[in-house]
Amino acid sequence: MELLSGNEACAIGAIRAGVRFFAGYPITPSTEIAEYMAHELPKIGGIFIQMEDEIASICAMNGATAAGIKAMTATSGPGFSLMQEGIGYSCMTEVPCIIVNVMRGGPATGLPTRPAQGDIMQARWGTHGDHPIVALVPWSVAECFHLTVQAINISERLRLPVIILLDEIVGHMREVVSFPEKVDIYQPPKPTQGPDEFLLYGDDTNYDGPVVGFGEGYRIHLSGLTHRKDGFPTNDPKTIAWKMERLKNKIEHNKDWLWNFFYTDLGAETIIVCYGSTARSAFDAKKIYEKKSGKSIGIVRLCMIWPFPYERLTTLLRGAKKIIVPEMNQGQLSNEIERTVSPDVPVITVNRVDGEMLTPEEILNVLG
Amino acid sequence: MSSDNLPEIFEYIRLDGRFPHILCPGCGIGTVMNAMVRAFTELKLNKNRLCVVSGIGCSSRVPGYLDCDTYHTLHGRALPSATGVKLARPELEVVVIGGDGDILAIGGNHFIHTARRNINLSLIIINNFNYGMTGGQFSPTTPVQAIATTAPYGNLERGFNISEIAKSAGAVLVTRSTTYHAVHLKNMIKKAIQKKGFTVVEAISQCPTLYGRMNRLGSAVKMLEWLRDNTVSVAAPETKENENKLKIGVLWETESEEYTEVYQNLIKKAKGEKV
Ligand SMILES: Cc1ncc(C[n+]2csc(CCOP(=O)(O)OP(=O)(O)O)c2C)c(N)n1
Ligand code: SF4
Repeated sequence: MELLSGNEACAIGAIRAGVRFFAGYPITPSTEIAEYMAHELPKIGGIFIQMEDEIASICAMNGATAAGIKAMTATSGPGFSLMQEGIGYSCMTEVPCIIVNVMRGGPATGLPTRPAQGDIMQARWGTHGDHPIVALVPWSVAECFHLTVQAINISERLRLPVIILLDEIVGHMREVVSFPEKVDIYQPPKPTQGPDEFLLYGDDTNYDGPVVGFGEGYRIHLSGLTHRKDGFPTNDPKTIAWKMERLKNKIEHNKDWLWNFFYTDLGAETIIVCYGSTARSAFDAKKIYEKKSGKSIGIVRLCMIWPFPYERLTTLLRGAKKIIVPEMNQGQLSNEIERTVSPDVPVITVNRVDGEMLTPEEILNVLG
Repeated sequence: MSSDNLPEIFEYIRLDGRFPHILCPGCGIGTVMNAMVRAFTELKLNKNRLCVVSGIGCSSRVPGYLDCDTYHTLHGRALPSATGVKLARPELEVVVIGGDGDILAIGGNHFIHTARRNINLSLIIINNFNYGMTGGQFSPTTPVQAIATTAPYGNLERGFNISEIAKSAGAVLVTRSTTYHAVHLKNMIKKAIQKKGFTVVEAISQCPTLYGRMNRLGSAVKMLEWLRDNTVSVAAPETKENENKLKIGVLWETESEEYTEVYQNLIKKAKGEKV
């Protein structure tokens, strides 16, 4: 049992899942992750490097991963903005990439020490072009650990960027937790073909495929240009379409096992859909309301926001008469939720962007 | 294609359908690539332990023709990407190549900080005085008053002094050569690869299609002749005639602790072992 912060739990989870390289640039409220890595990684032969900025950080991380070791970076809004091109590079080259973004208020420098959930859409669409992405949203210190382990395994299996979105509250709050000594770590297989036959993007299944890095005798070519199965650039429309479809299908073919959410009391008329620290307020509001009124409140708490579980939510929310979406932004995920439910079910948003935590009282106000 | 009857240097060239290359006729980048593979050949580098990293630009297309691990990264980001590779696999020989725009403009900050860290990377900057890939805009090395598509009235900005920046930022070897001096260029690249630490080779090159045409410098051959007539060895006497010529050769050399080695000591220290 230990008293740890969410940021520390992310760092510990990453190390347990096999991360041995961290490149980053200090930024509140994520810095504790870099500090933990600087202290702990060398002890186990790993590498910590503080780069000159966040662009350099994500590129160094991508480089380390391309060379075959598990790597991670952590940042907050302004740094996350700078990392966007590198995220796209990971998508295109299909080399894993793990970013913890501890969300603060924005835009620009915004509110360095204040919580927000303003990067929901940026996490999905921050880098240009159509692309696959996975984003996880822990709500507790324990979940920071578990979702980081999961993030690393997903990234290794699907070979795409996985973003772990904490908000400042989850990153900095302390809880007493204990973590398992051993966690399941996915280890990608090596190709059965030799260097002359092996195609870097030749696996049709598109996940759990064979992987090689630099220095393994395969003399691979990684490029951010749209490429053929062998990794070399192309302008051929058919090949471009194949590549784009391949990227899209990483999510399409795997979303059923990817989706990760928790739900309770879905028979209730009112259902709260929530994530991250606002889910804590939602559970408090549920308790208070149920005690007072004797009526139950349903909750769907998302642990993964991208891919968004459209089809599943449509089913889960079928009986609801009213849906409440609390978010520390001006309404981002609530738009996606509106798309999943029938137009005559009201989706009531509870938003807060003044740097203060969204409280149970604010949710109770709309519960009536 | 089989490489059985080809000269040794083809060992480092991808012969499986990568040619013809995309460079213009007369472009100097091919000469730099030629010097590179000859340097690899003479050093007998193990191509399974060699990684060539680049950013984006005409110069950055070189890795795509080389038969080793090749890493075509983002515009300006070759050096931080290579830093990740080198730290993850210090046993690999990591060579970085890029244009003057890629390395010195968008990648300028990385250039300084990679030199400051003195990590064991060999950097070849192909300086053709403009942005080739995007059609001839001015770059941080375009001479004042030279014409570029974004400097149609003549460039106002003073150019970078690549070697002085590299030197003061911490590079342990800084050299310059040109595409006219192909053998010399090869020797400079060899020296850079052999030297431990962050090493820089400035390869002055011709872009006849854009910079040459816009500035009426004539054909590729004329541009090469200009390089011949306007450069002089660092070892040459300081005569009036040599005064205004560009020096080629080793411009700076020093010794300093290399980053991946210092990092191994840090690991020992963190583990409580004796350093
Ligand atoms: C972030 C970003 N900005 C701009 C570009 C467009 N771009 C591609 S290559 C290039 C400049 C290339 O010039 P240089 O590095 O000197 O290489 P050369 O083509 O002359 O060899 C630019 C601006 C890009 N690819 N990415
Ligand atoms: S545009 Fe210039 S640098 Fe690019 S290939 Fe043509 S000649 Fe070479």
